[in-house]
Amino acid sequence: MMLKAAKIKGFKVLMGVLTFVAIFGFQAFSNTEHGAEAHAEAAEHTEKEVFKPGDMILDHIKDSYGWHIADIGGHPISIPLPVILITKDNGLVVFSSSAFNHGHSAYTLGETANFKGLAFRRDNQGYDSLDVSLTSHFVLKDGHVVSFRSPEAGFDYTNIHNLNEGITREASVMDFFNGKNGSFIDISITKNVFSLLLAVGLLLFVFLSIAKAYTNTRGKAPKGLQSFMEPLILFIRDEVAKPSIGHGYEKFLPYLLTVFFFIWINNMMGLIPVFPFGANVTGNIAVTLVLAIFTFVLTHINAKKTYWKHIFLPDVPGWLLPLMIPIEIFGTLIKPVVLTLRLFANITAGHIIVLAFFSLIFIFGAMAPVAGFGVSIVSVAFTIFMNFMELLVAFLQAYVFTLLSAIYIGMAVEEHH
Amino acid sequence: MELVTPGFGLLFWMVLSFTTVFILLKKYAWGPILTMIKEREDTIEKALLSAEKAKAEMAALTSTNEKLLQEARNERDKMLKEAAATKDAIINEARAKASEEATRIITKGREEIKNDKMAAIVELKNQVGSLSLEIAEKLLKKQLDNQDAQKDLVNRELENIKLN
Repeated sequence: MMLKAAKIKGFKVLMGVLTFVAIFGFQAFSNTEHGAEAHAEAAEHTEKEVFKPGDMILDHIKDSYGWHIADIGGHPISIPLPVILITKDNGLVVFSSSAFNHGHSAYTLGETANFKGLAFRRDNQGYDSLDVSLTSHFVLKDGHVVSFRSPEAGFDYTNIHNLNEGITREASVMDFFNGKNGSFIDISITKNVFSLLLAVGLLLFVFLSIAKAYTNTRGKAPKGLQSFMEPLILFIRDEVAKPSIGHGYEKFLPYLLTVFFFIWINNMMGLIPVFPFGANVTGNIAVTLVLAIFTFVLTHINAKKTYWKHIFLPDVPGWLLPLMIPIEIFGTLIKPVVLTLRLFANITAGHIIVLAFFSLIFIFGAMAPVAGFGVSIVSVAFTIFMNFMELLVAFLQAYVFTLLSAIYIGMAVEEHH
Repeated sequence: MELVTPGFGLLFWMVLSFTTVFILLKKYAWGPILTMIKEREDTIEKALLSAEKAKAEMAALTSTNEKLLQEARNERDKMLKEAAATKDAIINEARAKASEEATRIITKGREEIKNDKMAAIVELKNQVGSLSLEIAEKLLKKQLDNQDAQKDLVNRELENIKLN
């Protein structure tokens, strides 16, 4: 028991350090980004663009509508992905992200479509009816799909120089469900969604084939992939679920196994830099948030009386209750937040560090090609080292997330003795 | 800030795909896999237990065998001892019988010898009597004239015949 506690403590310290690194690295780069943005505005039409590591790194770790592979001769090569929008006025809209022409043109719904003819005036933030649906043209703005409408009649939507020429409107779930005209929600298959679906496919393929192998070699020793995964399955069962949850752990084992392998496979896929891998899925806060919420919901659905009593009737003197209850509730709510941020920060930090090492080559290369070459040796060496670190972190973070989920569940289902 | 703002699209797909993968894996992967692992573990445990049991049984069997062997050995020793005793008894009995028989035969022999001797003595006496009569007859025939001398002679003769 002592050893286990020490182990958990060790992980906590390590995670703390990693999170610290992640947050500072992230802040450093976001500062760079803000600075670079201002510069970018000014130097928008200059001939040669200056290499901006902050932008490059953020571009890589952020989600995007296309899968950018390389720039050849100033032209970006990217694999277009489907953009899926649910619009209030025109229903489901699906088109390829190549329609944006890398941010230079808009996707326009066919003029023959039976539009309701709704838009909004710029001066009034209400959405009054005009002659053309605002949701008929879509453009990219700061990496998001927005609807765009120019007040000018006969505006050329295939060649947009400046989005200030018209009115833009962002996707909004609130507006959509409130039934506001011109509102839409964006459920595009972005880079991360694509990677996510790929990971799901891979997970299903691997574990369904393993399940088949188990049925075929019933009662025999495991073989091949099965013998690679079995120690991990047993590890989660015997080292995570059993000690953390105790009696009745079997009920939660499928969830813990799914979470572990889901995070692990996505972490690993993020480390492979070539298409179709390298997306920053588990370094995206939406993904980690959903996982944390699942754990939170599962914990509280199965929570026993002892757990609720601990929150709403803790064993303290009566006058302390007004102080203790909010603290306990806050403590309960902070758990999914911590789970979310830990995984997000660790994985994002890994991506940032590797990209930062590569950026050094170009920063020095811009000063002098020789310096860039010299730095590249060091950078590549450090990147290789970091990749090995990340290989460990990929496993560790999956383990930590699973372990903490198991501990939270264990705390909730514990019966009073 | 955008980095820490969850996008709705990804949230939507994440909920959808994670739920799908969880339900599918739970039903078609974790269920069978965990059952099979448990089954195999039970089988191995059972096998180990039965091996342990067999070992114990074997040990018990060996000790029983040892005991049986010891018993057999004791039995044999006992039998040998008894046989030896029986042999001695038979020999002794035979010896006693033989000696008794010998004694009987000797006694009988002695008696027969005694009887024969008596018969011989009787016969001898008879012969002596007849001899005496013959002698007497001869003497009488020869010396009837010498009465005194004859009488004396008879007496002497009779005295000379000693019965021993």
